[in-house]
Amino acid sequence: MSHHYDVVVLGAGIVGAACALEFTQAGMRVAVVERGVIGGEATAAGMGHIVVMDDSPAQFALTRYSQLLWAELAPTLPENIEYDRCGTLWIAQNEEEMPELQRKYIYYQSLGVPVQILDSSGLTEAEPNLSTSLVGALLVPEDAVLYSPAAALFMVQCAQKMGAKLYLEKTVVRAGESEVLLDDATMLRTDRIVNAMGASASTVTPDLPIRKRKGHLIITDRYPGFCRHQMVELGYLTSAHSVTSDSVAFNLQPRRTGQLLLGSSRQFDVDNGFVDRSIVKAMVERAQRFIPKLSSLSALRIWTGFRVATPDHLPLIGAIQGDASMFVAVGHEGLGITTSLATAHLLLDQFLERTSIIPLDPYSPSRFSVTEAHA
Amino acid sequence: MNYNFEIVVVGGGPAGIAAACAAAEQGKSVAIVDENVGPGGQVWRGERTQQGKCDSTSPSYWFRRLKDCPLIRQFFGWRIFDAPAFGILRSEQQGECIELGYKRLVLATGARERFLPFPGWTLPNVMGAGAIQVMVKSGLPIRNKRVVVAGSGPLLLAVSAYLRQHEANVVAIYEQTSWINLARFMGGITGSPAKLVQGLQYVWKTFGIPFRAGCWPIAVHGKDRLQSAVISNGTKQWELACDYLACGFHLVPNIELASLLGCRIEGTVVEVDSLQRTSVDSIFCAGESTGIGGLEMSLLEGRIAGLASAGDHIGAEALAQQRGKMLRFASLLAKTFALRSELKSLSRPDTIVCRCEDVPFELISRHNSWRSAKLHTRCGMGACQGRICGTALEFLNGWIADSIRPPIFPAPLSSLAVDRENLVHNHLDT
Repeated sequence: MSHHYDVVVLGAGIVGAACALEFTQAGMRVAVVERGVIGGEATAAGMGHIVVMDDSPAQFALTRYSQLLWAELAPTLPENIEYDRCGTLWIAQNEEEMPELQRKYIYYQSLGVPVQILDSSGLTEAEPNLSTSLVGALLVPEDAVLYSPAAALFMVQCAQKMGAKLYLEKTVVRAGESEVLLDDATMLRTDRIVNAMGASASTVTPDLPIRKRKGHLIITDRYPGFCRHQMVELGYLTSAHSVTSDSVAFNLQPRRTGQLLLGSSRQFDVDNGFVDRSIVKAMVERAQRFIPKLSSLSALRIWTGFRVATPDHLPLIGAIQGDASMFVAVGHEGLGITTSLATAHLLLDQFLERTSIIPLDPYSPSRFSVTEAHA
Repeated sequence: MNYNFEIVVVGGGPAGIAAACAAAEQGKSVAIVDENVGPGGQVWRGERTQQGKCDSTSPSYWFRRLKDCPLIRQFFGWRIFDAPAFGILRSEQQGECIELGYKRLVLATGARERFLPFPGWTLPNVMGAGAIQVMVKSGLPIRNKRVVVAGSGPLLLAVSAYLRQHEANVVAIYEQTSWINLARFMGGITGSPAKLVQGLQYVWKTFGIPFRAGCWPIAVHGKDRLQSAVISNGTKQWELACDYLACGFHLVPNIELASLLGCRIEGTVVEVDSLQRTSVDSIFCAGESTGIGGLEMSLLEGRIAGLASAGDHIGAEALAQQRGKMLRFASLLAKTFALRSELKSLSRPDTIVCRCEDVPFELISRHNSWRSAKLHTRCGMGACQGRICGTALEFLNGWIADSIRPPIFPAPLSSLAVDRENLVHNHLDT
């Protein structure tokens, strides 16, 4: 039996799922290969936020573009995806952080993102459980949260309804040169391959400049109304992007269920998935600085997961040199849920050779091969 | 606070008490810790030392022996929620957190009832058989209330006897296993006079209550609470008006802590050798968590684990010789009360399977693994952490629950932020 496709997507995490749906909607014959559960790895381990971030102009462009795509999709999302436009509060702990708050405000506003600065009393009004010692916050009302495994499953199912073929519980043995070989000896022939295998991407596409970054999350019992916004410390990027050491930063989300999801931690070069109690302790202590009452809430579960990071914290989206059929969509670090939809759009633009809404170069996989050649 | 012991025993039921006593009597410093407010576990809950006879399988005997051991420190009302590293357990009581340090650990975490979903099972007044007994012990008025007892296992008779003693109107007892299986069971225990006597006592105590084998509940009716139960024998169905349905489908071992500690699990039980050693060095396991074997077996395994953990291998090996007969009883129990396949098809599409997260059967049945169902429906993600629906789905779909994550019981966030360096060290020397 011949299996010929226009695109074979490897991996049905949120990025692979978004690609499968986007390509199918464009009329392509699509196959998706998933070795385990749809949305079962980094997608399931993460917080599921749709946030605009400004670590770099390219990160801003990608997150904002994608956020608008999510807003467009939102009315069609079923209830179980729990899409909730709760907004993000970027919280300043002290006066020293206020200039950064101002800078962020001006930057977002100048690029058309609705934002609002809350002073100390405005912050208390928005989130009564926050510590009164906090000086202010930037509210980004269009940020949202959702339940990502359900979103990935929904997108794959939509693609299937339009004719996409799902190869579930199949492992890719090799892929390249317009062929994908699965572990049950099925051979898929295709014009293009998109490697969206997250942390496992290197098993198919060697030498990708990606590293795993371990994270911990804690979820609580249900406390409806305890908080209304996603809350992130303004120093998040300083804390989160320390490349050398383990770091924690305050990040709390209200879930539709009334549960609270508490992050976050980042560790490089840790391969095991064990829950590190010293990291958990640091996360809880960090959170207590912002919300003292948090310590009495009941924790239901702690888990870990691995983000896939690149040296410049931007994903790899695009063609792999030397194999005209091979594309990658990996390395979204902590922003895979947010940027999945834009990723799919940018790839489709490349397939159809049309101009993208945002520049592609910052995400091109080839940006690293140049420097590597000199290394 | 931080306490250190040579041996920590987790679980205050028969196996735990026996283990703690056996170890302490060898001169070791021992802690016994259990979430219940006093010793006894599920089977001896609420028993008093003064009451009843005093043979070596009675609660009075063991409670006294426990009390008479000066080397045992009791932590009742404390729940173990985490095992952050080998040698340390974290325990919690109303927001207070302590750490118990051990050199050797005995797990005697017992078993819990298995519930199976059927239409209406989430209605108020449909209860676990063990659960209704606990409720009556803590004051639920049951006098003259009509109770239907249904499900499987010896617990049904024990609970019926207890309810009748408290003047409940036990309408009928329905055991899902067949008469043939029950007859084989009776035949199998004739070699064990104690079991036979115990069995006959229950028969006597429930004399006059209709007992039917080969029957099981298929639905309950009622608006705000239970009004009637529908029972089937496979060919016909009938409805019984009642105030309570006490319903449990035998027992399942509690293996969460063992699993968190990395002990090998064999099917649904903790794997142990003849000296109750688990696959992890210095960790022992005794009682129902190694397989459902009844009271005598729990006591024996507890004593073996206690002696072995205290280093008395000769004593432990001598006791282990007696295990053979009891293992036969355990396998007889398992065979007799194996659940019939008809029980797999009781749920309707809208029957709730996961009560914590309100997940109906139809959503779960779209998935082909526990992990997939859990991720996409939230089944098993609630406060009970899948202890109820996971156990049901293990039978219904053959799914084995995925890896255990800390905390094994919900715990306040403050207990996760305990600072080990600042803890006061209370070393109890022997």
